[in-house]
Amino acid sequence: MTSPAPVPANVPASPLPMSAVAADENGSPITPVNVPRTGAPANPTAAVLASRFGVAVLRTEVIWGETTVFVTREALHDIVRFLHDEPSERYDYLVDVTAVEYRDGDRPLEVVWHLRALGHRRFLRLKVELPKRGALWVPSVIDIYSGADWLERECYDMFGIRFEGHPDLRRLLMWEQYKEGHPLRKDFPLRGRFSRSEQLKQALAADPEARYSMEELNIAEAFHSLPADMKQRLAERAAHGELEEGE
Amino acid sequence: MSARRTIEVALGTSGLDAQGLPLRAPLVAQGGAAVALEALPVTAEPELEADHMLINIGPQHPATHGVLRLVLELDGETVVRCIPHIGYLHCGFEKIGEYRQYNQIIPWTDREDYLNSPGNNVAFALGAERLFGVGMTERTKVLRVILMELSRIISHLVWLGTTSVDIGAFTPFLWLYQERENVYNLLEGWVGARLTTTATRVGGMAADLPDGWLDGLRAFLKGFPKTLEESVRMLETNAIWAGRTVGLGAMSAQEAVNAGLSGPMLRASGVAYDVRKDFPYLDYETYDFDVPVGTAGDVYDRFLIRVEEMRQSVRILEQAIRRLPDGPINIDDPRLILPPKHKATSEMESMIHHFKLVMEGPRPPAGECYVAVESPKGEKGYYFVSDGTSKPVRWRIRPPSFVNLSAIPKMVEGHLLSDVIAINASIDIVMGEIDR
Repeated sequence: MTSPAPVPANVPASPLPMSAVAADENGSPITPVNVPRTGAPANPTAAVLASRFGVAVLRTEVIWGETTVFVTREALHDIVRFLHDEPSERYDYLVDVTAVEYRDGDRPLEVVWHLRALGHRRFLRLKVELPKRGALWVPSVIDIYSGADWLERECYDMFGIRFEGHPDLRRLLMWEQYKEGHPLRKDFPLRGRFSRSEQLKQALAADPEARYSMEELNIAEAFHSLPADMKQRLAERAAHGELEEGE
Repeated sequence: MSARRTIEVALGTSGLDAQGLPLRAPLVAQGGAAVALEALPVTAEPELEADHMLINIGPQHPATHGVLRLVLELDGETVVRCIPHIGYLHCGFEKIGEYRQYNQIIPWTDREDYLNSPGNNVAFALGAERLFGVGMTERTKVLRVILMELSRIISHLVWLGTTSVDIGAFTPFLWLYQERENVYNLLEGWVGARLTTTATRVGGMAADLPDGWLDGLRAFLKGFPKTLEESVRMLETNAIWAGRTVGLGAMSAQEAVNAGLSGPMLRASGVAYDVRKDFPYLDYETYDFDVPVGTAGDVYDRFLIRVEEMRQSVRILEQAIRRLPDGPINIDDPRLILPPKHKATSEMESMIHHFKLVMEGPRPPAGECYVAVESPKGEKGYYFVSDGTSKPVRWRIRPPSFVNLSAIPKMVEGHLLSDVIAINASIDIVMGEIDR
């Protein structure tokens, strides 16, 4: 099982453990090598947050050189606002909003924010843990980062986590009438909840291309100018109570 | 006269040739007297209904580059509001990834941003290697840079070609697709596939370069800049091109950062954020290349930035060819790398090893990591969470064009309906990546 020419995977360039954002002695960015699983230096922002927000910062982890700060959801919005506005931090770039559900059913759901400070060249991960039995909500950060709009909507769509304060929290990737639940939850089977025939039936009935939401129709007061069959369909759905909020 | 002049001004031409003489001979009546062009009589516009109109573009529309649907509220021809609808191509890549071993996910990365398959493969391998805590050999590092830059070139070529078709120029499309074809021939010679390359493995590459491949790459690098410059010359100072791109969809630097834009979209707005420079990987800090930055943040700037990035990619490729070292492509780590085929079929231990690796899959330690690369569209990130089993708990794709597209209402509102096509094209969307 020995290979012909053993090659060192990566010779450590320096004895110091490197974090995922590495710099040489002049401070210019370099490719991190030999990032240890634990024990890399933490992002200094973590200490700032811990001293400023106290008990709202639950714990800090450094894994593979990336710093994760666990915070309470009540304080999350203030913390993100602080990170964004404080001149010494300036986390001006929201990379991603997503969530993680573990296979272990007892572990809480985690909502994850990836932030970058472009000027200071830092990377920080914020996490809020949501116990599965409680209500799944976190505050929205859309008033701080406008780019959070679709990221939060996707997270709501896929995990069912409500982002309180988002002005337009609708499904994004699945269509609005989708009834099977939230696909990235671990209790959602890979092939979906419904049978194939039922899925096909619902997908055809959804006919998302031909549909406008009532919100869109109201823009132009265009309801009266719709073709008769569409008007009738919308009216029927309204009569059966199928039109949900925002449609 | 005034109507004629207006058109000339709008097209950006002065109506004079190089000697300062009028391009068009003045109209003369029979007998030689100049015809006085009088202003057209002004007629009062008929009173139209002031209702706003709702217009639906897509999902099956050639200019939406896939299955994007835009619902537009129009006031006359001006867009008042834009509501994008996506998800028509959603196939649950992230969900499927939770049921696959790491190497088995790589074919899925081909299919999300399918214009950048080799780049996605490299990004995935980098992320998974961080999660496994392994590195890569020096040769693989350079080979991956070659892959990343080639895929940047082909992605930008498709962008430039299709955008020029959207805006009304067909010739560059054909020239550029010929160059793209050359890159696909190269990729086919290397990994055997053209579009869905699956070129990397965790800890190495699918295949080493075949003999003479670098000569093919050198030949491409010799011919490609010529085609590129010819095509750019067709567009750069073209009055129609400029008239349909300058000043459209402009985003200020602050807006662009706040909206999370990345890649050429962000750099056109004047923010010099490039993952290769700011958070380097694959030793990009040792390559000599420049990051172009725009000033206006409009469609025209995005065009200039992408063109310049192709030129810089050529520079990087030339450096990569010079420094490509010999050596193995896979790391020496039996936890990840399959034994050679001849051993697996002749030695018992190697066969068991092969069987266990294929059936059970390599297991990373529990942990998580986010690794981003500069894809042609912007910051492409893979976020892995592992619980110590051979399949990830969560595999998240951070799709750059998804975030870029989410800013489209801000970019198109206030512009004309016809400009929506140009602005949408300038985002460089790939719906496979947006819907995943």
